[in-house]
Formats: sequence, structure tokens, C-alpha cells
Amino acid sequence: MSDSNPIKFSDEALALVHKIIARYPEGRQKSAILPVLHMAQAEFGGWLSAPVMDYVAGLLSIQPIEVYEVASFYTMFNLKPVGKCVIEVCRTGPCWLMGAEDIVQYMEKKLGIREGETTADGMFTLKTVECLASCGTAPMLQIGETYHEKLTLEKVDSILDTCRREVVTPVSHWRKDKLKA
Amino acid sequence: MGRKLLTQHIDVPGIRQLNTYRQHGGYETLKKALTMKPDDIVEEVKKSGLRGRGGAGFPTGMKWGFLAKPEGVPRYLVCNADESEPGTFKDRYMMERLPHLLIEGMAIGSLALGCRTSYIYIRGELMYVFHILQEAIDEAYAAGLLGKNILGSGWDFDLHVHCGGGAYICGEETALIESLEGKRGNPRIKPPFPAIKGVWDCPTVVNNVESIMAVVPIIRDGGDAYAQIGVGKSTGTKLISACGHLKKPGVYEIELGLPVEEFIYSDEYCGGIRNDKKLKAVVAGGSSVPILPAELILKLANGEPRLMSYESLADGGFASGTMLGSGGFIAMDEDTSIVKNLWTFTRFYHHESCGQCSPCREGTGWMEKILHKILDGHGTLADVDLLWEIQSKIEGKTICPLGDAAAWPVASAIRHFRAEFEEYVKNPSAIRRDHHYYRLNNLSPEFA
Repeated sequence: MSDSNPIKFSDEALALVHKIIARYPEGRQKSAILPVLHMAQAEFGGWLSAPVMDYVAGLLSIQPIEVYEVASFYTMFNLKPVGKCVIEVCRTGPCWLMGAEDIVQYMEKKLGIREGETTADGMFTLKTVECLASCGTAPMLQIGETYHEKLTLEKVDSILDTCRREVVTPVSHWRKDKLKA
Repeated sequence: MGRKLLTQHIDVPGIRQLNTYRQHGGYETLKKALTMKPDDIVEEVKKSGLRGRGGAGFPTGMKWGFLAKPEGVPRYLVCNADESEPGTFKDRYMMERLPHLLIEGMAIGSLALGCRTSYIYIRGELMYVFHILQEAIDEAYAAGLLGKNILGSGWDFDLHVHCGGGAYICGEETALIESLEGKRGNPRIKPPFPAIKGVWDCPTVVNNVESIMAVVPIIRDGGDAYAQIGVGKSTGTKLISACGHLKKPGVYEIELGLPVEEFIYSDEYCGGIRNDKKLKAVVAGGSSVPILPAELILKLANGEPRLMSYESLADGGFASGTMLGSGGFIAMDEDTSIVKNLWTFTRFYHHESCGQCSPCREGTGWMEKILHKILDGHGTLADVDLLWEIQSKIEGKTICPLGDAAAWPVASAIRHFRAEFEEYVKNPSAIRRDHHYYRLNNLSPEFA
């Protein structure tokens, strides 16, 4: 990472980091790690590089290894670069019962990638994920914080078109406009 | 029409906002609680018979009674909003629409337990609900319902919302505590129980969203009034998340004791099976509980109607019964492949095993692979026996209940649907056709 592009939260985001740390008892600032990693993923391009995790370790006054072991445990953190839109399709039983497999196959065909891959233009990453508590409105997928439910193939088409048109893409679950105190 | 204690105002426009919530009696119960002695609040919850709504069904009042209260040590109430059990979506539904009911319940619970700071741990995927809760908490602070000298009572209380990072295991209370401390979600060995040594080594109570919300009507109407609803030791109302091949999937608040048949087929609830197909099987309490074939979910072994209650669903033990669990009610029609549905569940548990205990870490992977082999047409009868063997060696041999949760679906599917497994093994050429699941209606020919 060059000096011209240092890894640093905006002042507004930093203020929120400190507000979050203050929610936990004195000396327990490590508790803020999950929310701060979500914020880092939103601020720094949708994934957590080693330098980003080191930066978070510094903010929380903990060792980098403590961040690595947490980031690698929780499935929401991407440890490799992702597309501008990360599509997460639920694959667990209740969604499978309602046709989730068709949704995944349709998207794989339409995007020309397999589940887990990113399109060559860097636009879409397609993931399958486990139950997102949307079983009564299955099949469903999540992009950023947004749940898209009761999917049909037409809905999938329109979701992909909307993503292509958006200026600020939902690269992370934590919305970029929420990166302030 | 069943009584509604949690959802009676859920469709009121704007009920998510504090003003509207207060116009419908919101925070009046907190006012009442502030005039009560903390131990009397606990006593009302004990009298209500409320049982933990997250899945285990342990009496909430008793759990509160176990909380250690050493001098000078803070204690914490933590709300488990890590709803991740496949088939369960009630807590999400409630928090999204009625965030203030949860906040009011957290305040009353914290008052009863003597907590000065409490946390709501919500799964990270529900980030939009995390922000809804944060906005509601901000509103409550601004109105003097949280923070210093609440409603002029002299009581100070802080409530925070905390988000997870994507891990089913964090719904297990000690894994949740580890996660809240900023660590991997590895469940702890018990004892010590959280009531003695929980978050940051302080006495802690972890309660499900629905349990916390239920405290509000319990304190409003009294524990005795709550206990009059329901049947036997299954008191009060329960939120059921109904999904799968039902005409009207969704979240329903039922009075415990409702006949299962009425829940599935009456128009007041699920309205029957989609496309008027026959019901084949039900997973009644989230993916972890034993699957039952239609005849056993509708009727007890002795022919009496089965009820939506802790006892009736468990009637017959695992030979012919199941569990109420989280209330995640998954219905499957006659075309469903039980084997393939099971494979998605087993893949889930393999994916979600934290990896601490070998039987779970290795066993869930083996079960997933064997099921995949059977689905792929390469299974043998010995594989079905091997599956049975593996699940029996996971159950009861792990630190936390995820091992049991992974074993029970496999055991029950083989127990009740062994013939279907054998069909897959004996007649592999029929397997493609047999991969039944609900197909989308509008598939183009290349996908059909």
C-alpha cells in the first residue's frame, strides 16, 4: 500500500469507531472488533486485506493475530477481493424447498461464473450462504444489507440490472452512508 | 381467534416509531416495573411459566433466579438476536417492526436483574435491523426511557446493540458471549454457567428476543394471567415461523396448545399445502429437531391430535415425537426428497461447526459426504447404516448442542424414511427424477 493511499478511516467513521468502543467496559475495547471489521469492509472496498486488519488491530490496541483469527472465523468477512456487488443466495433447506437451486443455476448461467467466483469485469461476486432468516419468503438473496425475497427469474433479472445502474454499489453489509457517528 | 400478546399492534402504521408505540401503551409497563421491587418482577416471570423461546425451552424465571449477585460486580442481560436456525424468522420479523417492544423488555429485564448495562447481540446479516434497533435506542434515550434517571425514577440504564459476523454457533449462549468479547465463537465448557461467569467473567443472563418481548405482557397483566393461556407447562403464546410448501407461510402468534392440524390447514393460519398437494413431512421446531412424517405430526402414536406445545410435540420421545424448538415450522409436500433436504441441513451443520470437538467437526463432514454420495447415485445400503452410526457417535459427545442438532435430523430421517434412502441406493437411475423440490413456475425449457 503506497503512502498516497493510506489505510485510514474518514474522521466521521473514526468518530463512530470511538463511539462503539465506548459501549463496552473500560479495557474491553476488543469487543468492538466485529462492528469495526464490518465498517472496515465497507470503507476499504468490500474485503479485509492484511494491512486493513492490522489497522483495525491498532485502533483496538490488540495484536494483529487477534483480528486475523476473528476475521477468518466469521463468514461475512471477505479475505479476498470481491466484485462491486456481492450477491449472497441462501441455499439452506427452506430456501432449497422453494427453488433456491434454480436461482443459483440461473445466475451462474446469466453471469457466466460459478458460485464463489467474480465476473471478469469485477461487477458481481456470486456466493451461496446459509439460512438468512427469510424462510417464509423463500427463495431469497441478499445484496449489501438488502433482502430480496420471493424471488422469481424476472426479479433476478431486474435486481442484476439495478445493480449495474447503481452509482454507489452495495459492496458490504454495512452501508457506506452509515459510516458516521 | 387466538389471543395476541406480542403482535396485536404489529400492523399499526408507524409502530416502529416511539410516538406511535407509546400511543398504543408502549413503555407503560416499564413505568409499572419501575414501581415494583426487582425480585417481584422475577417472581411474576416465574409465575408466568414462560419458557425460553430460542429453542431450549428452559424456564426464563428460573434462569433469572440463578443469576449470581456478588457485591460490586456488574451483571449483564444479553439478548440473543442471533436468529439463524433454519426455518426460523420470527425474531427478525418482530425486531424489524417492533424494536421498542424489545427495548422495553430489555429495560424491564435489566431492572429485575440489577443490570446497569445490557446488550442486544444481533446477527450481522441483519444489518438493516441492527440500524433499526440503533435508531429506536436513540429515540428512547432522547425521550428519557434509557440513560440517566429513567422516567425520573433515579434508575440509570444503558442499552447497546452489537452485531455478529456470520456464524450460526453464536446463537449458543456461551459462543455468543465469546463473540461479544470479540473472539471466535467457540462455545465454552460448562460449568461455570453464564449465570455465574458470563461476559467479561461477570454474571450474565442470555435470553432470546421473543422471551424478552414476552416479559412485557407478563409484567403488564401479571404472571398468573399469562399462565392461564396455553396448556399445562406450555404457557402463553408462541411465535411460529411457518415456511416450506404452505399456502400462507409467515409468522403466526399462536396460543400454545393449538392442534397442529388446525395450524397447518385452517385459513386463520397456514391455509393448507400449496397446490393442494399432500403433506409428506414436517420439521416442527427449526432444522435441528427430528423430522416427522405427516401422520405422526398430526396425531400422537395413540391417535389423539398432536398439539403445538412443548409436551405434545415431544410426546413419544424421538421414536414418534419431536420438539417445539424455536418454532421454525417447515412443511414439505408429497414431492419432496427427504434425502436431499437432509443433505442441505447436514451441509449447513458442517459449514457451521466451530471445529472445537472432533465428533462434530469431522462427523458433520462425513455425513454430508455420504449423503452427497447417495444423492449422486453411488450409495450403498452400508452407507445408510454408516450414516446412522456416525450420527449416534456425535450426539451427546460435544461441548455444545450443535452436535446433537446435527445428529437428530439424520437419525430421524433414517428412522422415518429409511425406505426412501434405500430407494436412492437401489435405483440410482431414478435419482435425477427423484430430486424433487418445488420448481419455479416460470423456468425456461433449458432449466426445466
